[in-house]
Amino acid sequence: MSEINRRDFLRGSAMMAGLAVAPGMMLYDLARANQPASSAVRWGMLIDTSQCEEGCDDCVKACNKENGLPGKTGPTDEQWIRKVELKNVKTGRVTSLPMMCQHCAEPPCVDVCPTGASFKRADGIVLVDRHLCIGCRYCMMACPYKARSFVHEPLHDQKPEVPRGKGTVESCTFCVQRIDRGKDITACAEACSKAGHKAILFGNLNDPNSEISKRLKEVASTQLRADLGVDPGLHYEGL
Amino acid sequence: MDALQKGRRDIRNFYFLVGLGLLVVMAGLFAAHYMEEHGHIVTGMSNQVVWGMPHVFAIFLIVSASGVLNVASVGSVFGKTPYKARAPLSGLLSIAMLAGGLTVLMLDLGRPERVIVAATHINPTSVFAWNVFLYSGLVAFVAIYLWTMMEKRMNPLSKAAGLAVFAWRFILTTGTGLIFAFLVARQAYGNAILPPMFIVMSFAWGLAVFMIVQSAMYGWNEMALNPAILTRLKNLLGIFILGVIYLVAIYHLTNIYFAKQTAFEKFILVDGGIYPILFWAGYFLIGSVLPLFLIYSPKMGTQRHVLLASILVVLGSFSFLYVFIIGGQAFPLMIFPGYEVISSTFGDGQIAQYSPSLPEILLGTGGLGIAFLITTVGVRALNFLPKDE
Repeated sequence: MSEINRRDFLRGSAMMAGLAVAPGMMLYDLARANQPASSAVRWGMLIDTSQCEEGCDDCVKACNKENGLPGKTGPTDEQWIRKVELKNVKTGRVTSLPMMCQHCAEPPCVDVCPTGASFKRADGIVLVDRHLCIGCRYCMMACPYKARSFVHEPLHDQKPEVPRGKGTVESCTFCVQRIDRGKDITACAEACSKAGHKAILFGNLNDPNSEISKRLKEVASTQLRADLGVDPGLHYEGL
Repeated sequence: MDALQKGRRDIRNFYFLVGLGLLVVMAGLFAAHYMEEHGHIVTGMSNQVVWGMPHVFAIFLIVSASGVLNVASVGSVFGKTPYKARAPLSGLLSIAMLAGGLTVLMLDLGRPERVIVAATHINPTSVFAWNVFLYSGLVAFVAIYLWTMMEKRMNPLSKAAGLAVFAWRFILTTGTGLIFAFLVARQAYGNAILPPMFIVMSFAWGLAVFMIVQSAMYGWNEMALNPAILTRLKNLLGIFILGVIYLVAIYHLTNIYFAKQTAFEKFILVDGGIYPILFWAGYFLIGSVLPLFLIYSPKMGTQRHVLLASILVVLGSFSFLYVFIIGGQAFPLMIFPGYEVISSTFGDGQIAQYSPSLPEILLGTGGLGIAFLITTVGVRALNFLPKDE
């Protein structure tokens, strides 16, 4: 039996380690998909209304594309994100902003849901479990932001990553399918950046070194209907 | 007419009523099937008016199901003999209306086939989830109560059972009021006066339903109601109607004096189209003032007048619920205080349009049909006719 010298042993070990690590490195994203959401993260957004262009709806289009929504705007159609133009009653100043699920820390929709279908993940994302939703629409009654839509018609051409269901309630998911793949930007924020507006900043509110946390420390921002005490994850600048 | 002929006529009439009830129920079931197949697109409901006509019917039935037990409670808990004779009928009506109301609510769900999920996955913070227990509990308590009244050996327990029903229905109607009272963001709801308002409304509506059914049963048997008992019941109805007016007034005044709710109140009471009309003409005039006149006017107050007053109270209750439930949602949420919405693709800042479709109305009347059918069969099969000594 030949004796293994030190050099061969080290070389062999290094190769073994490389073989072991390489796929792990490549599959980092997939591996993250298997991690449960952690409360070390709270996903949120800072919307800079001064950068949001009137008439631009790139964020809406990107959301519809990402999530396989038809993009119709009738009273019975699903809208996960919408553009709203506002006028200050006293000053007459006009503001444009995107409106969506505010991913509240204390979400009224989760409180009222009889089956627990509406739930908040540890990382602050508020979702609807499509298997538990019975379609009672109590969450839509309770939501202070009109963020939710009810699927009024049979669905066709769904995206496998974004399962939906007739007769259930749905809303913005912060593109959870992206986040769980490790892509830490929502489709709307990405589209807004691409259009050069950079009005939507998405990030981790719990990380003091994240861009969003640093910016929130610097600029004056407000949460919609902060008086209700639901602590939305969306902050609006310039409102 | 001899007894044989009367018996034959009774049977014929009974089957006619059962057939009528079945027809209404079948139409309701067909409507529910149609809604399930096509989705809620075939109703008038939308992403802003998420609860529509089925909820008007269902909440009427559920609130009245609790109120109709008033008659039983006055008999069992407060020991008044004329009411005791009416307690079994009041219990039967309660179960019948609860069954009708819950069926409508269940069949209106986006996924009615998942109703078992609602029974197996309970979110303890949800008022809806509490109501699952409150409704099933009431059926159980009333069934036991009926048993203690109808089975001689169980009679000694009837007072205790009556007391349990009395307490339970207070909690139940509080729960129904809380469904709306705990909605913080909507101008029409989120108001602590709602549970007591619903309780007093249940008294009035339930008693009105009881009077209608009792009149029909007496008419069927060619009997006249003892005038002393009629006076008691009609005075009670009058007091309940006044109580509802009082609480509805307080509800609106609270909203008006909450300075920011004035826009909503103006919409509901003054310039909101169908809603002010239904409120003032439907609820206030036809459903409250006219019945009070029929009850208290010196030349009125006969059995026929009281029956008409009761029917008007029921019509008024539907007007009230339409305004409360649908008008309350049609008015937009105040998401951006201090701002006016110039444009939105999702109806922000705009009054929502709603017109009920035939399927949702049929589903609602189907619920009434279920209550009617259970009552008709129950009254025929068992001895529910109130007998005064």
